[in-house]
Amino acid sequence: MSKMKELYGDQKGSYTASLKVKSVILTIWFIILTIICLLPIYILIINATRESTDIANGISFIPGTNLGKNIKKLFTDINYNTVYNVLIGYRNSFIITGISTVFTVFFSAMTAYGLRVYDFKIKDIAYTIILLVMMVPVQVTSAGFVAFMLKLKLTDTYWPLILPAIAAPAVVYFMVSYMKSSFPLDIVEAARIDGCTEFRTFVSIAIPMMKPAIAVQAIFAFIASWNNFYTPNMILISSRFKQKTLPMMVSAIQASDKFTDYGAIYLAIALSILPIVIIYVILSKFIIAGVALGGVKE
Amino acid sequence: MASAAQRRIKSISYAKYGYLFILPFFLVYFFFQLWPLINTFILSFQDYKGEEFVGFANYKAILFGEGTEVDGFKIADRTAKSISKNFFHSFGNTVILWVGNFIPQIALSLSLAVWFTEANLKIPGKGFFKVVMYLPNIITAASVAVLFLQLCGEAENTPGAVNLLLSKMGIVSHDTVSEKYDTIKFITGTTQSRVVVMFIQTWLWFGNTMIMLMSGIQGINPSLFEAASIDGATSGQVFRKITLPLLSPIMAYTLVTSMIGGLQMFDIPYLYHKDPNKVSDNLKTIAVYIYEYFHDQTDPKMGFAGAASVLLFIVTLILGCIAFYMTRDKDEIAKKKQRKKAAKQLKQQNKQFGGLQI
Repeated sequence: MSKMKELYGDQKGSYTASLKVKSVILTIWFIILTIICLLPIYILIINATRESTDIANGISFIPGTNLGKNIKKLFTDINYNTVYNVLIGYRNSFIITGISTVFTVFFSAMTAYGLRVYDFKIKDIAYTIILLVMMVPVQVTSAGFVAFMLKLKLTDTYWPLILPAIAAPAVVYFMVSYMKSSFPLDIVEAARIDGCTEFRTFVSIAIPMMKPAIAVQAIFAFIASWNNFYTPNMILISSRFKQKTLPMMVSAIQASDKFTDYGAIYLAIALSILPIVIIYVILSKFIIAGVALGGVKE
Repeated sequence: MASAAQRRIKSISYAKYGYLFILPFFLVYFFFQLWPLINTFILSFQDYKGEEFVGFANYKAILFGEGTEVDGFKIADRTAKSISKNFFHSFGNTVILWVGNFIPQIALSLSLAVWFTEANLKIPGKGFFKVVMYLPNIITAASVAVLFLQLCGEAENTPGAVNLLLSKMGIVSHDTVSEKYDTIKFITGTTQSRVVVMFIQTWLWFGNTMIMLMSGIQGINPSLFEAASIDGATSGQVFRKITLPLLSPIMAYTLVTSMIGGLQMFDIPYLYHKDPNKVSDNLKTIAVYIYEYFHDQTDPKMGFAGAASVLLFIVTLILGCIAFYMTRDKDEIAKKKQRKKAAKQLKQQNKQFGGLQI
């Protein structure tokens, strides 16, 4: 008996001990990964505050004192502010992203509502088409898209960047699954009995009930549209600087040979990711829960 | 009274509203997605400018490197050969870059997902780690490419942060007389630049994959893990015998979506190069290849862009079908079959009763 007790006691002790060791090792590993994740961004921010020659001579983990001069250079030097103007970039990106986000969530909710609430002949076919479209990559259609837009003379306008947001199959798919689980159809009938028109039922009853799904999808649509470099770069082909989006301006830094001040370059990159990082810091819990729900992958 | 109203409402057909609600989606879809797709197919059978039909000439040039000469339209053999070589080279690059980022990414994400969901491990700040690891995914890819271009700078006089760090560690030598560094060529070197791009892609995506896999593991019935731990299974056994088999549909889905995503890899390879106007040959992916043909301002070759797009489309379609097959709702299909069967039986019964409606 005593032997057994000894045996089991020991085993239990070693079990918890090994768990503890494992936990500690894993925590250290996670900290290393955290550093890898954050280090490039940290160096970016530090270097944005340092002088160009300092940056070239060595790395530092302490902020420099040159932030003011870098800002001044970026905004007033003619070589810099004709290639990269963060305020114009913010404005243009915000116009495109804001409108297309609203379009994406509103029309996706509408399409999902149409597919879920009504019974009509082509309903199943329509839904299958939406599922199939989800898989077609932009790169496949882009040659035809650009050729078509050139013919319509819509290149160098924002229309081809904003209007396609109305047809977002992945978002429709998500909303249909959301409605399946949390939108009882009896409500629609009740509204009808009360004499509510169909469109009003959708706007004033369905949309408020779908708020959680709409919020999640709005965040992801916003991030995807804000980060999009491919489509704007192929549609906005003239060299008119005033209509470029923020990612396009960042890529222009790389193509310009006049952009030589390292401090200013780092500052320009830092400013380009600032809004999205702020949004992430505020909404991170929400975003991670949204990813876990699945169906969000470029 | 209410029942009368209810009956009246039931008798109204609302089908037309269904069409109205899905109309905007399909209108826009037709204009901005379906028609461009068809247009791409049309372009692939036309000459450079999209004026004359040239049959399979573009495909022949891309796939076999054969030139064509039909009334007025000519692809020289030499041009065709270089186009074909370029295509397969880009395809090879795409595969190399994808494999090189997918393997470390899935290994990292899977191990992290398992550790994060293991209930008896005491790790502080799990939520914080998750938030940090997902962070790279939301940062603009164009900015990331330009940032890494700065960090990996290879100029001998003014190296980037990575080379400076390596020189501090004694890996990169520093000549004190000429003040020059013997830098590692992270941008122009073939292997080095590919490794950097693989690293960036992994860095960008592992957090996303991890969270997807975590939600997959959390979907596994917890009593299975409990039973295994009561039976004294080690964590390795639990992983091999429970987690991995039950996670395989999600793993397959991740694999296929990542493959399709890999075929579209564009931002990073397109921007990560030293020469301002020329994409590095070692990093040119298939998406960049297509893009260069239709985006060329002076001499666009829509025909080649179209044909290459169609080939890309076929590959994607095959992968998409695999994904669709793997993730289909098996219960739903079984239910549907059952319903059909029941309906059939009912019909038969009705027939037996002389077509009487029951």
